[in-house]
Parts: sequence; structure tokens; C-alpha cells
Amino acid sequence: MSDRITAKNITDNEFFYGHKACAGCGGSLAVRMALKVLGERTFIALPAGCMSAVGFNFPQLCFSNNAIISTFAGTGSIITGIEAGARALGLKDYHVLGMAGDGGTADIGIQALSGAIDRNDRVIYICYDNEAYMNTGIQKSGLTPFGAKTTTTPAGKHIHGNVKNKKNMFEIVAAHGIPYAATASIAYMDDFIEKVRKASQVDGPSYIHVIAPCPTGWGIPADRTIEAAKEMVDCGLWYLAEYYDDEFHLNRDPNEFTSVSDYLKSQGRFKHLSDEDIALIEQGRDKKWEKIRAWN
Amino acid sequence: MGKVKFISGDDAFAEGIRLARPQVVSAYPITPQTIVVERLSDMVEDQSLKSEFIHVESEHSALSCAIGASSVGARAFTATSSQGLLYMAEGLPYAAGGRFPIVMMNANRATALPWNIYGDQRDSVSQLDCGWIQVYVEDAQESLDMALMSYYIAEHPSVRVPVMVNLDGFVLTHTYEAVDIPEAKLADEFLPPYVSDNKMDLENPKNMAFSVGPADNQEFHLLHHKAMLRVADVVNEADTRFQSIFGRSHGGMVEGYRTEDAEYVLITVGSITGLAREVVDELRSQGVRAGVLKLRFLRPFPSQQIAEALVNSIEQGSAEVGSVVQAVGTLEKDISFGYEGTIYTNVNSALIKEDVHVPSYNFIGGLGGRDISKEDIRKCFSHMIGKEKDKIVWIGLGVEDDVR
Amino acid sequence: MSIKPTLREYKKPEKLSDYPEATCFEAGHLVTKNAGWRNVRPVINDEKCVGCYQCYMYCPDGVIFKKNDKVDIDYDFCKGCGICAKTCKLKAITMTEEER
Repeated sequence: MSDRITAKNITDNEFFYGHKACAGCGGSLAVRMALKVLGERTFIALPAGCMSAVGFNFPQLCFSNNAIISTFAGTGSIITGIEAGARALGLKDYHVLGMAGDGGTADIGIQALSGAIDRNDRVIYICYDNEAYMNTGIQKSGLTPFGAKTTTTPAGKHIHGNVKNKKNMFEIVAAHGIPYAATASIAYMDDFIEKVRKASQVDGPSYIHVIAPCPTGWGIPADRTIEAAKEMVDCGLWYLAEYYDDEFHLNRDPNEFTSVSDYLKSQGRFKHLSDEDIALIEQGRDKKWEKIRAWN
Repeated sequence: MGKVKFISGDDAFAEGIRLARPQVVSAYPITPQTIVVERLSDMVEDQSLKSEFIHVESEHSALSCAIGASSVGARAFTATSSQGLLYMAEGLPYAAGGRFPIVMMNANRATALPWNIYGDQRDSVSQLDCGWIQVYVEDAQESLDMALMSYYIAEHPSVRVPVMVNLDGFVLTHTYEAVDIPEAKLADEFLPPYVSDNKMDLENPKNMAFSVGPADNQEFHLLHHKAMLRVADVVNEADTRFQSIFGRSHGGMVEGYRTEDAEYVLITVGSITGLAREVVDELRSQGVRAGVLKLRFLRPFPSQQIAEALVNSIEQGSAEVGSVVQAVGTLEKDISFGYEGTIYTNVNSALIKEDVHVPSYNFIGGLGGRDISKEDIRKCFSHMIGKEKDKIVWIGLGVEDDVR
Repeated sequence: MSIKPTLREYKKPEKLSDYPEATCFEAGHLVTKNAGWRNVRPVINDEKCVGCYQCYMYCPDGVIFKKNDKVDIDYDFCKGCGICAKTCKLKAITMTEEER
């Protein structure tokens, strides 16, 4: 498509700058790039969490567009209010974006998100998923994967980290019959950018679930954020897909997966996993791919 | 004069909101507030109210949505009651600290457990510290008028604080009265459009609802507090303006009835005041100098106005020996377990601060919709007159209290 | 001029009325740098850089900017995470110890 946004033509404007996120923070990259796609006429709401903690400390205010912190549970409903207010006041040509982490989306914020989709509000919701409550110091969320060690799912002799699988937010959202939903990864930036652009053109709610590693919480060096995100997709533990016109579409179907074991073992949070644990994770992956390959 | 209709307190409030023309309405139904939500959706449907009506999925979202609407400069309305108020409680200091001039109707209802849908004031009284202005209305006409007047107060440049308007559940929300519904033209004359810099603006972008660390945090709260302290003057201004346009007045922070020379003053909140006035008239006919002082606002708390009302009666009767205020009683539908009624706590603090030294009693009743009878109110006065030892008295108990 | 949060002269309020009335303030108002966080510094070799802008696309802090078909770095806000060096296929960025 000729109107695709690329490294060459993307705006020079920076909307999220000077923030105090950890070095190598994947979430801040997702926020930065989403705003570069959507532009200056974007109202962004972020709940209590990493991004609001690092970006909104008066008098250090790091968004150059209109930005507001929402209640932790209220991202979905504050964006409804912003959009309704803006429409009622006759504003034109703007986007309303909610950006919350995995806890703010899949746990405490899922009710308000569901409400926003149900209301068919013209809002974009992006979940930047780093797979645990990182702002409070790495506790398990509904999107923490099986086996991951967090400060509330310790890895010991009796329990090997998190015993539950990740919720599938993408399919939960799709089950609402949303006009547009997608999964993405910050490692596949062109794909993520294109999905944000598509979301911006939807006349109704849209949802993007982007994997954004947290080096601190994942136990990886700060410079490995993008690599880890890429490995997660390449080994098949995450997939790039879309949902529109009431159907799922798999965007990337590799002939061969890279090693799950290598992906897991390179991260501190999975170091304790046994070969049996890893075999279980691989089986889970294969089962999932049988289903999603049937989409196409 | 507008049109007179025979409607309930909830209906009257909805009529007031139609006149206030909020741009966004977000509310979740809960007994006994539900009629308000239903009427407003009817009004949006028949286009007599041009608002975005948002079907929120909870009270937490109702307020969060109102905050979002206000954050771009829209006039927002929400309504709730009881468990709903408590469920949205996180958003209350949020809306107030953000200085979003939202108006919310609260139908005063008991809080679980035990479950109960009937009226008492434990829901809103539990939220006195959340930073909102709290007003308690007495009848359906005042409900309608305060719906309109609350936006004037909330949005006033020297205030910019949200207002919670409280209606006693069922007793007021569901009772039908003749209500004068003003003409829209006059309402527009009374209430100017909402204009504020406290908003996100496409031409002049803002970062809002931010964190403020220990070095600056307290100052933001002091500014909020000072705005609350300016409310009393704005209430008077609003009432005067209202009277000049509509020919009706509801008074200021408090409203006294026969308090000018009263020896025994019962302090009330909300719809029970009418019955208390009747008892006062009876007692007066028997030669007892009784009076009622209705608190219209609990936040900001009308300390000075309470003292003035009581000191007035002292001064006016001072020529005659023994004619000063002998006792004050606070009648409330609330209990702070393990202590006393919270309104009583506030009244006592006001009396001490304002150097009014009289015996002060607390009458707790009406919990979970228990009827407060004329006889109960007579007993409150006889308790004060008898200078009884017990300062905190539960009235209207159905059984003998034999538990230690 | 492109849009970007910028460092401002900021004077701490001396009296209560100097504070904003509500939690609402000018967007993109920066008063402190992040340079002090950095232990290692990315250095660009202009000879090797071909201007593919991948480092620019993947910088979590947005501190890499386009300059004459190549890139440059705003060291005031670079935290030295090293993602740019990892991302560069031509190894045109090297991480060097920060001198203190």
C-alpha cells in the first residue's frame, strides 16, 4: 500500500520523550511508535502503571500531545468519556487512544474495556503486554505465561513459577465482534505500525495487543528487548494475527519455529524450568498453532 | 413561571438536568436512583436533551467516563446510590483533585451488609473526605433547582469542584409532589456554558491528572481546600441569582426554622426536616422554644453558619433570663461504628471552634429505611429538655436494648 | 520545527498562587535530563551508517534523530540501553564506556 508508514516517511515528531522508564523498556517504545503513527491530534489515556509513573511527574511531563492518567480500572471508560465529550463539543479530526499494560487490560481493566467495545465507541485501545505487573515489581498478572517466575509466583521445589497459561485477550476481544483487533510485537515494528494505522481508520473500537518485553521483569540485558520480542514470535509462543469482518487472519506462518528452549533459557524468569516444563510449553504451542493455522 | 407537573424527586432531578444541558451523561442504574437514568435516556431519545448518553457497565466506569468527558471541557452528569457510590469511590477524590466540575445525583441509601435498598445517609456521609461539595435537598422542587444550581456552583471560576446532590432514597426519590419546571430560556439565562482551561485542547495540548511528588503535593490539596472554603459565598451568589430569575430561593449553607429565639435546636439533614418543623410548631404551641436547623451542605461544613444561627438565638433572647440556647441535638441517619454519628462529630467540632458552649446530643435513627416518627422527634426534644446524661441516643428501636 | 517535549527553564513555585490550580499543565514540559543514567554511550560511525533508520525506529526513548540522511543522538536523554547497537545490521553503532 502506498500510504504505508515506513522508517523513511514516518514523522520526525516525538510525542513521548524524556520519560523515566528503565533503559531498554519495551512498553515505552510501543507508546512512542503508536503516537508517531496517530499524530499530534491524539488524546492518550494511560492508567496507573509504568507508563504513567514514568511520564507524568509534575513538573516533568513527557507527552507533547494531550495526555491524561486514568484510574487503573478505568482506561476503557475514560476514553469513552473523552471521545463522547470531544464529539459533543464538535471537535474534528482526532484520535482517542487508551494504552494500558497487561494487568491494566486483562485483569483490573477488562470490564471497562469490554464496555467500551460493547458501546462501539470510536476509540483505539492498545495493550502493551510485558507479562506481569512490572510497575509494582514483577507480580503475576492474567497475562503472565506458564512457568514464569514472578515475585508472587516464585520458582521453588514445589511450584515452578506460574502454573496458569496466559489469558487470550486477542480472542476475548474478538468474541465481542469488534470491528478490528490485532496482535503485534515491538520486534516486528513495520507490522505494528501498519496495524496502528489500520486501527486509526476504523469507525468504531479497535484493539491491538502488542508484546513489549520488560528487561527488568524478564531478566534480560537492556539491549536484548527487541531480540527477546522477536524470538517469542519466531519460536511460536506469540503469533501475529488480525481479526476483522468477523474472521481471524494469521499474518505470519513460519515453516519452521526457532527453539522454544533457547527463548526460555535466555530469560531469568524461565531459568528454573525443567525439560518436562519446556516440553509442556512446546506441546501447548503446537496445539495452539493447529487451531490458528486453521483460520487461513 | 414554567409548567407545574406532579412528579417524583427523581423525575424532578432529571428535569433539572435537562435544563442544565450536560453534553455527556453516563450513569449505571441502581435503586432508588434508576428513574433518573431512565428519564434522561427518554429525553435523549425524544431529543429534548442533546447529550451523549453513555451506557456504562459499572459505576466505576460511570464516573471515569464523566471524568474523561470533563477532561476535554464537556459538561458531564452522573448519578448513583449506595453500593454504586462505594464502587465508584476511587474516582471521587480523582474527580475532585482533578477539579472536574461534574455534578452527580446520589440517592441516599443504606449500605450492605445487611442488604437494604431503603434510605439512610451512610453512603454519602462515608465519602465526606473525598473532596466533593455535598448538598442535601429536602423536597422535589429543591431537587430540580439544585440540579441546575449545582452546575453553577461547581463550574464557578472560584470553585471548580464537583458537586454531589443527595436525595433521601424513596422518601424523596419516589415521592410525588407538584413541581414547577422552569422554562429552558430562563435556565439558559441562569447557567452560562461551561468554559475552562482545565482541559485537554487540540490547539494547546495539556498533560493532565499527573503525579505530584512530596515536594509539591500538599500545595495542590491546599488550593483545593481553599476553593472549598469559597463555596459558601458562591452558594449565596447562586441563590440570589436563582431568585432574581426564577423567583424562588433555597437559602444558603443552612436553613433555620424558628431558631431566632430557640432554647432547643434540632439539627437535621435532608427530607426529615419537614416533620421536625411540624414537631417544632407543636412544641411552640405548648410553650417550648424549639427550633430546627437544617444543614443543606455537609461539605464544605457550615461551621460558622451553625454558630451564627445558634448565637443569634442567644443574643435575641438575652434580655430574658434562661432564654439562651440550652441544648443542641443532631439527628442523623448515620453511625460511625464505635464512635458516634459523623455529622454530630462535625457539629461538635464547629461548636468548639466557634466558642458556642452548649450541651450537644446525637440522635441516631432512620437506618435502613426505618421510619422516623413525630413521636421519635418529640423524644429528641424531651431528651434535650430533660438534660439527660446519655449524649448519644438511638431512636426508633423496635425492641428493648438489652445487649451490653 | 518538529514537535517534541523540550527542556524548559523551570522555577519552583515560591508562593501558593504560583501553582497550577488543577492537575493540568503544558504538554511536553521537561525539567530534567536522563543523561546521568548512562553507563555506556552509543557512538555512531558515519562511515558505516547507510541511513536505514532501524536504530531510530527501535529506540525506546526516541533519542535518535535523522540528520543528513544518517542519524544522530540526543545524549541529554539517551539512557545507553544499547538497543540501537544491537539493531544495526552494519554495526555502525558501538557502545563505549561512559567517562565520568
